[in-house]
This record gives sequence, structure tokens and C-alpha cells, in this order.
Amino acid sequence: MVIEVTTASIWELLKTIPDPEIPAVSIVDLGIVRNVEFDDDQFNITITPTYSGCPAFSFMKEEIIRHLETEGITNYQINTSLAPPWTTDWMSDEVKSKLKKAGIAPPSQEVACPQCDSQNVQVISEFGSTACKALYKCNDCIEIFHHFKQI
Amino acid sequence: MAKDSLYKYVLALGDDALILGQRLSQWAYRAPFLEEDIALSNISLDMFGRANLLLEYAATLKGNGITADDLAFKRNERQFTNRILFERPNGNFADTMVRQFFLDAFYKLFLQKLTNSKDEQLSAIAQKSIKETTYHLRHSSKWIIRLGDGTVESHAKVQSAIDNLWMFTNELFEMNEIDNEMLEQKIGVDCSKLKIEWDKIINEVLSEATLNRPEDANMPTGGRQGIHTEHLGHLLSDMQYLQRAYPDATW
Repeated sequence: MVIEVTTASIWELLKTIPDPEIPAVSIVDLGIVRNVEFDDDQFNITITPTYSGCPAFSFMKEEIIRHLETEGITNYQINTSLAPPWTTDWMSDEVKSKLKKAGIAPPSQEVACPQCDSQNVQVISEFGSTACKALYKCNDCIEIFHHFKQI
Repeated sequence: MAKDSLYKYVLALGDDALILGQRLSQWAYRAPFLEEDIALSNISLDMFGRANLLLEYAATLKGNGITADDLAFKRNERQFTNRILFERPNGNFADTMVRQFFLDAFYKLFLQKLTNSKDEQLSAIAQKSIKETTYHLRHSSKWIIRLGDGTVESHAKVQSAIDNLWMFTNELFEMNEIDNEMLEQKIGVDCSKLKIEWDKIINEVLSEATLNRPEDANMPTGGRQGIHTEHLGHLLSDMQYLQRAYPDATW
């Protein structure tokens, strides 16, 4: 049986690729995959980096290639696009709740502790274990947590 | 000719970011405490990312199969056109923070203007980078205030860093032939016009930090012509070691 490959099925496939640093969400959830188009017998996949120095970016590209080729898809091209620049506004509410469940405060002007929802929090460091996160402490439940920086 | 000027313009911006990224990476495992170690490494990575985008673009403009890595690892110090402040040694933590603060404030104003560049790729890189620089500036400003308005010792160290690095700030606002040509073509930025806003940012933070702004005296220049301080050669000998010892080695 031949399963037809469509842009929709490519999107579904890409949704199964977790972010290497935050496996609770996929690269589609984060808005790293910008577009999938079929043109002239080829799938054009457009991706955009979160931070220009994100070391996970080249790994994500390799993961996309690996997933496509495992499915026997060879007629593709991956393009990197910088503009418009990636923003956390592209995250849906569903994605934000996935982040919260994973113990990461989703991007927001009003940072709340992902454990107890208190807004009585303080910044420990603007820079966390990855470029996209800052380190916070909750003054109520005393938990240390990451905030996905709003950019 | 126009393409060669654009190449040199992009290359110089790439050199600025690359050299600063390398300097900041030298703090890894040496910062005063863990969070700051991670912060400096993060900022370093942002600068390397910025350098990568710019040098890849420069390589495309140059053609002949030249790569971003060739530009980073196979040029000598006289061929690097970064401005001098970017290559200044890390010194103590205050020296590094003052260098970073002066440059973050400059980058913020410069990148804002560069987002309007008629060159789509430069505009895209600027739009991406300015978001990061906004974080960097907040971080370095806070440190200047904390150190200046801190203990007697931290105040003395940060004031001495300001006094020592001040002479290299004027070069940031200089315009050479290539800058003027790029400005004329609405690709580049008029750096001379950024000085007023830069002064405002610096004065505000220094005053909150109870620190003094030095007088302009001898203000050296030359980075954009490839004339550097002795420190750049040492930085390059470290950064380029692998590619020099084992040419074209890959991971």
C-alpha cells in the first residue's frame, strides 16, 4: 500500500519531533517550523531559529532530516528564515499549558510560579540553562523554576 | 564595487560579534558564581550566533566557495576589522561588565537603525539580534549599578574600568568610506548620529551607579583598518589554533 505524502502528513510528522532542550513540547508547538509547501514535486520546509546562538538549532534540522528520510521522503528542502523574527507570541495557550505542566513558567509579562501560581516571585538570573529561559524563585513555595522568556 | 563594499561592511560587523563572543567565552568556568557563568556563556553564544549569520552572509557575498569558517579561522589580525573595544581583554569582572555595557548600549541603538536597512538580510539579522541585545543591556546595566553603588572596593574597580576603557568608545561612532557608501545606499547606519542617544543611556546608568563619566582625551582608532591592540593576536592564536594546526579538520 502506498501512503500518499501530503503537506498535512509532513506537519503531523514534524509534530512528533520534540524540542531537544524542552522535550515536553514539539518543534511545531514552539513555532520553529514556519511553513510546509509543496511546489514542483518538492516539499519546502521553512524553519526559524528561536535565538541566533541556539545550539539546538542545527540538531533540530538534523532531526527533521532523519524523520523525513525514515519515512522514505527524499524530495524536500529545508530553508532557514530569519524574518519575521521568532517570537513567543506564536505559542498557543495549549502549548503554554504543556510548558507549565513541565514545570516551566510560560512566557508572560506577569510571571507566575508553575507549582503554586503565586506571582510573588523573584529573578535569580536573566539567563538560565538555555538561551530561551530565565531562572526564578517562588517566594511562597520556595521552588526554583525556569521562565520561558517572552521575546 | 558595490558588492565588495557590502562584503566589507558585513564582514566588519561579523568580526565585532565574533571577537566579543570569543572574549566572553573565556569566562566559562571562571565567573564569580554559577548563574553569572551561565549568563556570560549565554551572551557569548548569542554573539557567536550573530557572528555566524553575518559571516555566512559575507561568505555568500564573497563567493569563490569561501565559507564562514574560512573567514573566522584563516585570516590574520591585520585582516580583522572589528573595532578595538570589542577585543579588549576581560580583565576583572568589572572590566568585562563595563566593556559589555558600553557595547550593549551601542548595539541597541545601532541594531534599531539597521532593522530599516534596504538590504533584506541585514535587516533580518538586526531584527533577530535586537531582541537579544535588549536582554544583554538590561543585564550589564544592572551590574554597573550594583557594582558602582556597592562596596568601596566594587565602586573603585568599576570606576577604574570605566576610566580605562573610555578612550575606546569614540571609535564606535566613527564613519569610514565604506560606512558612508552603505549609508548613501540606505543599507548602513549613520553611527555618528547614535552618539547623543548613547550618551543618554550611559549618563543615566552612571549617575544611578554613583560613577563618574571621564573626559574625552586621547581616543585611539584603527580597528576598521585592521590596526589593533596587541591583544587581538593572542585571542586569535587561541581561537584559530585547531584550524591552523590541522587545516580543514572537521568534527
